[in-house]
Amino acid sequence: MSADPLSGAAPAKAALWRRPVFRSTVFQVLLILGVVAIANYLFTNTLHNLEQRGISTGFGFLSMEAGFGILQTLIPYDETYTFGRTFLVGLLNTLLVSGLGIFLATLIGFVMGVARLSSNWLIARIATVYIEIFRNIPLLLQILFWYFAVLQPLPQPRQSLDLGGMFFLNNRGFYLPAPVFEAGFNLVWIALAIAVVVVFFMARWARRRQEETGQQFHTVYVSLAILFGLPLLVFLAAGTPLTWELPALKGFNFKGGVTIIPELMALLTALSIYTGAFIAEAVRSGILAVSHGQTEAAYAVGLRPSVTLRLVIIPQALRVIIPQLTSQFLNLTKNSSLATAVGYPDLVAVFAGTTLNQTGQAVEVIAMTMGVYLTISLTISTFMNWYNKKKQLVER
Amino acid sequence: MSETDTAKPEMSASTGAMIQIQGMHKWYGEFHVLKDINLNVAKGERIVICGPSGSGKSTMIRCINRLEEHQQGKIIVEGTELTDDVKHIDQIRREVGMVFQHFNLFPHLTVLENCIIALIWVRKMSRREAEEIGMKFLEKVKIPEQARKYPGQLSGGQQQRVAIARSLCMNPSIMLFDEPTSALDPEMIKEVLDTMIQLAESGMTMLCVTHEMGFAKTVANRVIFMDGGEIIEENEPEAFFSNPQHDRTKLFLSQIM
Repeated sequence: MSADPLSGAAPAKAALWRRPVFRSTVFQVLLILGVVAIANYLFTNTLHNLEQRGISTGFGFLSMEAGFGILQTLIPYDETYTFGRTFLVGLLNTLLVSGLGIFLATLIGFVMGVARLSSNWLIARIATVYIEIFRNIPLLLQILFWYFAVLQPLPQPRQSLDLGGMFFLNNRGFYLPAPVFEAGFNLVWIALAIAVVVVFFMARWARRRQEETGQQFHTVYVSLAILFGLPLLVFLAAGTPLTWELPALKGFNFKGGVTIIPELMALLTALSIYTGAFIAEAVRSGILAVSHGQTEAAYAVGLRPSVTLRLVIIPQALRVIIPQLTSQFLNLTKNSSLATAVGYPDLVAVFAGTTLNQTGQAVEVIAMTMGVYLTISLTISTFMNWYNKKKQLVER
Repeated sequence: MSETDTAKPEMSASTGAMIQIQGMHKWYGEFHVLKDINLNVAKGERIVICGPSGSGKSTMIRCINRLEEHQQGKIIVEGTELTDDVKHIDQIRREVGMVFQHFNLFPHLTVLENCIIALIWVRKMSRREAEEIGMKFLEKVKIPEQARKYPGQLSGGQQQRVAIARSLCMNPSIMLFDEPTSALDPEMIKEVLDTMIQLAESGMTMLCVTHEMGFAKTVANRVIFMDGGEIIEENEPEAFFSNPQHDRTKLFLSQIM
């Protein structure tokens, strides 16, 4: 081998510590070792401290009796149930308020986002005022506002606001009739299931027929007719096997029916309206991101405005809207932990609050609670990322 | 479909003009964009419109399919007058195809879907029938092999040819071109112009806003020069280029030639 630089001979080897691969490997190994060492120190130190103070560790507390009541439970619960059950009750309450909140916020957001772009002066102004007010006031303040300023000043149960003798609103909550299903009602559920199947196949048939013959079918109207009509017919034929249990004033409060506690109402209202304002802006930005040329091209080939919006504008706007929608859904779910402020029994209030105080097992309780929020959030974002991928544009 | 097919050629031939614009004015707020435009376009005529930027060329042809609204005067396309009546607007848009400077293809749909969306939703055709027509026109603009790709995967010249095919699918009797080659790289201009020349040879009525003077010389029956929202001069291409009458026309031609 000569020293000719063009001969293609391997260059003289640099010293080991001057090679980039060696260096980066060393630094990464050092970093990992450091992180593991710190984690190990924190873990053993915590265990040691807990032991010294006589605080037991482990998840044994989950099967101990809780001994406290919870304001709203979606599953059977009283003081004799375990701490494990309080976890479940809190989790379900969190899922309830997050699920309803995401649904309502999305609805409000899409309506208000489109409204803000309306050519109708009044509608556009109303939407603008709504958005600018509610996204610029702290969420905690809004929750307190709905709870203390709107719902608490409502009349006592005895002077309840009476809406048609069936719905009652007072400072203890919103009372509505509860459905009582009688023997024959299963037939109605079966009829509904059949209707859903029929509509599914009919929609497929209608789409195929349109692709083959071009005839369009009023799928939406016929579907609605089947979905409501069939169960209704069966319901009437089975002798209306459904009664409503009306809430009634007994002593100092209402008994019977379904109760929506003011804590849930305040939290849900605040979360939906606050997050809805952000979603409205996301929707508006998505629609504005589609260039006006798209609308013009659609009009130029003869498409009507409604078809243009549905087939050309919205599908393109979604790719801008979805990522922002995802983070708003995640925000709403995590913000639901502000429930503590008004005493709505969500996971944080019940489990990371009362349960933690009574058992003192902070590490386990906090870890479980964090794990839950992490799981919910990752589930939402996985789903939304999948949906986003479906809507992405193909380029190159 | 059948009624428009049969009624179209004879009817308009008898009335003489496919497009009649009479005393049209347009304002953007205070700004007077179009001033007293009068123009008759006969069937099969190929008109090139040129002029400095901001002279109202694009605005004028965009009035013909109501992408812009005129405030005074009359526009009659194939016997239908453009008014606020949605039915008239729909009818005229079915007869008038348009090609834009920036193509404006629908990026979320494939090339073929771009071509057939209006056939399905406006002409109410079956998908199979529409796809046959779509493929026919993609072959005409010589890119049938790209049918399943998305617009973002094509070159600018290919996209513009798809845009032309998309318009032709609706079987228009008039085609409007709004600077169809201005956004293209030089080597792609020719493929689009070739497609347009081929279209002109098939007897299509065409209005082109363009600065391609070579195209004007070979294809146009008439060249129209606009400036400041007015039609300054119109003439046959040979006379227009060799012997412009108006000072502003001379100035413009000296700048671009």
